[in-house]
Amino acid sequence: MTWETVIGLEVHTQLATQTKIFSGASTEFGAEPNTQACAIDLAMPGTLPVLNEEALRMAVMFGLAIDADIGKISAFERKNYFYPDLPKGYQTTQLEKPIVLGGHVDIELADGSTKTIRIHHAHLEEDAGKSLHEDFHGMSGIDLNRAGTPLIEIVSEPDMSNADEAVAFAKKLHAIVTSLEICDGIMAHGSMRFDVNVSVRQLGDELGTRTETKNLNSFRFMEKAIKKEVERQIDLIEDGGSVRQETRLYDGDTDIARSMRSKEEANDYRYFPCPDLLPIEIDQAYIDAIKASLPELPEARHQRFMEQYQLSSYDAGVLGDDAATAQYFETTADQCDDAKLAANWVSGELAAKLNSEDMPIQQSPVSAEQLAALITRISDKTISNKMAREVFDAIWQGEGEPDAIIEARGLKQVSNSGAIEVMVDEVIANSAKQVDNYRNADVAKRPKMLGYFVGQIMTASKGQANPQQVNKILLSKLNALL
Amino acid sequence: MHTKTLAELKTGLTNGEFSSVELTQHFLDRIKNLDSKYNCFISVTEEAALAQARQCDEHLAAGDAPVLCGLPIAHKDIFCTEGIRTSCGSRMLDNFVPPYNAGVVDKIAKAGMVVLGKTNMDEFAMGSSNETSYYGPVKNPWHTDCVPGGSSGGSAAAVAACLSPVATATDTGGSIRQPAALCGITGLKPTYGRVSRWGMIAFASSLDQGGPMARTAEDAAMLLNVMAGLDSRDSTSTEHEVPDYTATLNQGIAGLTIGIPTEYFDEGLNPATEQAVRNALSELEKQGARLKEITLPHSHLSVPAYYVIAPAEASANLSRFDGARYGYRCKDPVDLHDMYMRSRAEAFGDEVKRRILVGAYCLSAGYYDAYYNKAMQVRRLIKNDFESAFSEVDVIAGPTCPNPAFEFGAKGDNPVAMYLEDIYTIAANLAGLPAMSLPCGFVDQKPVGLQLIGQYFDEARMLNISHRYQLATDWHCQSPSDVS
Amino acid sequence: MSIDRTDIEKLGELARIAVTEENIEATTRSINEVLALVDQLQSANTANVKPLANPLDATQRLRHDQISESNHRDDFQPLAPATENGLYLVPKVID
Repeated sequence: MTWETVIGLEVHTQLATQTKIFSGASTEFGAEPNTQACAIDLAMPGTLPVLNEEALRMAVMFGLAIDADIGKISAFERKNYFYPDLPKGYQTTQLEKPIVLGGHVDIELADGSTKTIRIHHAHLEEDAGKSLHEDFHGMSGIDLNRAGTPLIEIVSEPDMSNADEAVAFAKKLHAIVTSLEICDGIMAHGSMRFDVNVSVRQLGDELGTRTETKNLNSFRFMEKAIKKEVERQIDLIEDGGSVRQETRLYDGDTDIARSMRSKEEANDYRYFPCPDLLPIEIDQAYIDAIKASLPELPEARHQRFMEQYQLSSYDAGVLGDDAATAQYFETTADQCDDAKLAANWVSGELAAKLNSEDMPIQQSPVSAEQLAALITRISDKTISNKMAREVFDAIWQGEGEPDAIIEARGLKQVSNSGAIEVMVDEVIANSAKQVDNYRNADVAKRPKMLGYFVGQIMTASKGQANPQQVNKILLSKLNALL
Repeated sequence: MHTKTLAELKTGLTNGEFSSVELTQHFLDRIKNLDSKYNCFISVTEEAALAQARQCDEHLAAGDAPVLCGLPIAHKDIFCTEGIRTSCGSRMLDNFVPPYNAGVVDKIAKAGMVVLGKTNMDEFAMGSSNETSYYGPVKNPWHTDCVPGGSSGGSAAAVAACLSPVATATDTGGSIRQPAALCGITGLKPTYGRVSRWGMIAFASSLDQGGPMARTAEDAAMLLNVMAGLDSRDSTSTEHEVPDYTATLNQGIAGLTIGIPTEYFDEGLNPATEQAVRNALSELEKQGARLKEITLPHSHLSVPAYYVIAPAEASANLSRFDGARYGYRCKDPVDLHDMYMRSRAEAFGDEVKRRILVGAYCLSAGYYDAYYNKAMQVRRLIKNDFESAFSEVDVIAGPTCPNPAFEFGAKGDNPVAMYLEDIYTIAANLAGLPAMSLPCGFVDQKPVGLQLIGQYFDEARMLNISHRYQLATDWHCQSPSDVS
Repeated sequence: MSIDRTDIEKLGELARIAVTEENIEATTRSINEVLALVDQLQSANTANVKPLANPLDATQRLRHDQISESNHRDDFQPLAPATENGLYLVPKVID
């Protein structure tokens, strides 16, 4: 049997505003519980919402970036359900008249071809708070700091047919929203969360029953969750069972998925227009002004990186898709004047280190300026690549600026050719036998014999002589003896 | 002192005939002596009031007093008052002391008024008789066997019994005008958006509007002057300029066209009430206004539309009362579901629960179009009726209520009989138009109200007509027996 | 349209209001009276009539993205039935 998978995504994207969507409370991540939940966020009696203009502007930016229509009249509705992280007993969201309609995101497949994923719509809504499940004498603790954080929920068409496409789509969305600077893109903070709708069918059949796996907050977990769910559905059907429409939870740490009990009861959300908020009217001039000021998008940046920095398409993608990485790279490249080296360091040493510490690039202990200064010392031959790694680690550990570290650790590479010449002369003078062997050897074998001399010179210089210069001077001196 | 109007009290304070402390103490004494009989107040804030009055006296002496400095007022217990329990007439909020003020409360405080306390009301403003209050019904000062009307019954009775010269109130389907009519005072529901809803506990957000209750149109104008105006915290509050409502009170009304809707004089109207209203219209005619018969063809649908829209909005507005962050929580909930189910069942009264259930039903899957959407369409038809009427007339007049005050329990347990008492007041809320009620006679020694409905933001015109009427009549000067 | 006690139980569940056995009859009856009243709406001809959600047909005013609220947790939490370490406590949440 040939199975086909159909995947659609709903992506909750937190907007990078200073304040909540309907209140003047801060959205900053990581505050003490409930210190950023004001009377409106707590749904105190008599409080009322007023829409944050920046949230609206950011939603429109997203719509324009994906070639969507912007709803000239959009409206908020109330979605009614009871949950402790939802203080009003309803979520203020958009249903009938969302702000972003249609649009598309193009992804690159493994074979190099491009696939268009259609966007059904994207709407503005408020985030919920958090239920903390650790035990408080059999109770749950509720933190409403996140309640009211502005979100756009991006709803794709079911256009993806495997986990790789879904991940590529998610990453592309991440690249777009971070490039627009409408989302900080920090997955560990829940800035982007994915609900995945998955169904399977036999090739040519009608769409199968879908399940929704909620709240996946990393690309890797999403990939694993999809693969697992596809497998589960196929196994079910092949064993003669059928897929039940349900909401599921996936725990990335344990790789276990299960049906969500609280969502089992048939929900009737009783949507209706929110009478506390009026329809939002947007005119063409507003849209045009935003369009004119849209920052560079990932595809354009990709192209520019290839041209401006002579990067390969692959490197341009790695460095250019994520806005924060792109900005870091550009600052580094511009300040050290060696784009190739900057590219290698940002996508190599730095990325590996960030990855191992699970840290977003925005929080890198080594700033772009420091990395640029370090790279400059490599290009001007003050230090070798190997020493540079040591210096990089020291900067990461907070030991100070690159030059100071180089100085303090005595890592300065000897590039003074006079000093090197003296050392070369000394080694040649003390190595009569090796010089004779070199002289008598076959031309093809000579390069291999250089190692001995270089080793001696490096020892003499305590490792600080610039190897390229040593090579050059040694070669010319030995050849002069032929 | 308590029989003086707000305007007269202001003059007295300014001229030093009495101090704000004396004035405040006088009203507090009246409340202490008489309120056990009427049950107008849920909370009396004696100490804070006297402290505030002392400050006002200093400002009055220093000559830097704001416009209504030192004059007493009572707030309906639906307006949040910082540090003062705000119950909304419900067991749910019996222990709720908000750490913030309603927009209206702030504005009135800025005008220098002294808050005597918080007035009784139907639970969450749902009722037309004040019988749904957790704190027991308010008695009508004219007839203590009768209801004061609702939901602002406490405010209306307090003003009628001269326990406070003026009071704030709110009107979702008639909750200012109907109790004003039944208690023989003047009450005004402004244009939707004219007065801030911030901190005013929501019943039905697209209908709720705060407004003044007073004994005269002039006093209502003075109070509306300080209540009205933009509040950036309320998205539905309007930027429309606020005129000085007292400036045009004395204008002549000759040449004005007053529309008399046929539908407001139907078979449901008590004949004696009709007579009183007709007499009032004759008085206006005598002053040179022209009466013109008009028709509001969708009037009969206003009560049905209202009893979809208001419960639907209320069902969502009252979801926040869940026992999690404030208010009532049931004892020893076995789980989260139990906490919700029992907290809400135990703390909400029957009428509130009924409306929440009706609202949930009208919004539920499969019924939205037949009920909610249909009601919103009818709402537009009702608004359109008014718009075409106002192309021919300056203001609309008719009865406020079909009957004078009824006895407690008279409506039995059929909610619809009670709902129909608001048959003439609801349409103005659906259309968002300003409307007011003023005393225009008595039936069986019970007051009768004349209702005026104005064009959008034309509160000044209604107040002008009311004031001219009150200059020529003395219905508004009559007082229940306890007052003198 | 009229509803029966099963509907009332469902509505009670949706609205999270326990309807007890002793008052379910009365509740059902009174709600049916209200529904009979609102059913009069069906007589209206509303073809092509745009629903009116806000009486003024006004549009939304926007707020600047500026922090205007500071931490008032100590004012709000005393109002709560149960708190600990700055969190609101409710009976255990099960997803």
